[in-house]
Amino acid sequence: MGWLRFLLLVLVARPLALFLTGADVTGRERLPLKGPAIVAANHSSHVDTLLLLAIFPSRAVARVRPVAAADYFLRDPVIGWFSRHVIGIVPVARLKAGVGEDVLAPARAALAAGDIVVVFPEGTRGDGDDLGQLKGGVARLAQAFPEAPVTPVWIQGAGRVLPKGEAIPAPLNCAVLVGEPLGWDGDRPAFMARLRAALLALKDQAPPLRWS
Amino acid sequence: MDIAATVRAFFAAQPPVLLIGLAGVVALLSVAGAIATLLTALKPDKDYRELRQRIASWWVMVALLAGALLLGWRATVLVFALISFMALREFLSLAPIRKEDRPAILAAYLALVAAYGFIAADKYMFYLVFIPVWTFLGLPFLMALLGQTRGFLTTAATFHWGLVTCVYNLGFAAFLMRTPDTDRLPAGPAGLVFFLLLVTEFNDVAQYVFGKLLGRRKIAPTVSPNKTWEGFLGGWLATGLLIWFAGPVFTPLAGHGLLVVAIALPLAGFAGDVTMSAVKRDIGVKDTSHAIPGHGGVLDRADSLTFTAPLYFHLLALFALDRF
Repeated sequence: MGWLRFLLLVLVARPLALFLTGADVTGRERLPLKGPAIVAANHSSHVDTLLLLAIFPSRAVARVRPVAAADYFLRDPVIGWFSRHVIGIVPVARLKAGVGEDVLAPARAALAAGDIVVVFPEGTRGDGDDLGQLKGGVARLAQAFPEAPVTPVWIQGAGRVLPKGEAIPAPLNCAVLVGEPLGWDGDRPAFMARLRAALLALKDQAPPLRWS
Repeated sequence: MDIAATVRAFFAAQPPVLLIGLAGVVALLSVAGAIATLLTALKPDKDYRELRQRIASWWVMVALLAGALLLGWRATVLVFALISFMALREFLSLAPIRKEDRPAILAAYLALVAAYGFIAADKYMFYLVFIPVWTFLGLPFLMALLGQTRGFLTTAATFHWGLVTCVYNLGFAAFLMRTPDTDRLPAGPAGLVFFLLLVTEFNDVAQYVFGKLLGRRKIAPTVSPNKTWEGFLGGWLATGLLIWFAGPVFTPLAGHGLLVVAIALPLAGFAGDVTMSAVKRDIGVKDTSHAIPGHGGVLDRADSLTFTAPLYFHLLALFALDRF
């Protein structure tokens, strides 16, 4: 099945991302090429996932696995099959968070297998204008894999291409800004503060969104 | 053997002057590349990466456009549709647009498809009125149906400005490919388009080079602080001479018609450049995207073409072509 995913990502996802967003990437050389590695991006649209799968070089793309909500992406068998085998999601049961279940276990397994795990620390799609509250799961993953770099990525404009609740995407340019990887420093709140600051610093460099 | 014969037949079917013209561009780029390599070797302390990137991008653009021109009108119309699409996408991404306007954005792309459809179907009269009259009226009507009246007039104007510059005006370059053989063109319809692209880009480069070498007096300090009178006049003179001497080789222009094109086209190129600079300044960006390494976005490269293409088309129609 791996070859099917690879072909679909390279021959379908990439041209589609290019058509819909122009995939204007700054700092592509800072993307991790081998795992274990964590990529942390803001989230405003399904286009975020498409873009992040499209901008990795071919030799790394088979390793890229977006963390996604099990309650949403595994809700029916067809979407579930597509999510697992084409998008390659790492399912997280976000509804079971905080009830004693280890919801991050699949993400840790992926990192242990040497995958590049893409997380959206906001935990859900926002309105595309501001960075929402960040959830601490990414810090726990970084703590479990201190050797894995955490690369912050700001995606500007995906929320305009396909906002939450819309079905038809409208082609508009998106800027993807890749920041310097952060290392684990032993303190979760401090790590989350650094990640937030890094994402906001990337946002400041992005072209303006005249969208009101 | 068969492949070699097919390739030979393909080139043999092309107007010889067009091939010579394209070979000239390739030679020019090779010289530019050699100079960039030499500069990098002679002055290792200076950073010539952007210059080399610029030249590499020129190779890609020349290969794409030359390939399309040699393949004929279908490929050329397709490539220009793609250029228009990328330019319009850049424009709509940067311009202030209201959240309610998503359907209008989709309608603008549909207008692009329809306009290029009229070029493909060779419907000149439909093309002429479709964007300036029918889209001009239809898109604001759609926006009215969407119900948001805040900033209505500004947004309607934004859409129209984008569609006319990025689609309607650039489309004229593609429409030249539909000039029939009865117009007796010295280098075929592709020669007309080649010459438009050659002189427009030559004018851009010449203005830049003269500005760098001699530039002192700023010509539009609040809009485009790097533009100078020396660059403008030097580019005007150099491009005017190029048009005057090379025009009869690639186009049916002669005499008064040629003189008018030689004087007006470099002015239009300058006007397009400065006007798009004003738009970019208003929006607050330097480049419209990074689609073309070393150059910026498609609109940064095609800004002068949005002015020169319709002017060139109409002057050709007025002085030389029976079809339009």
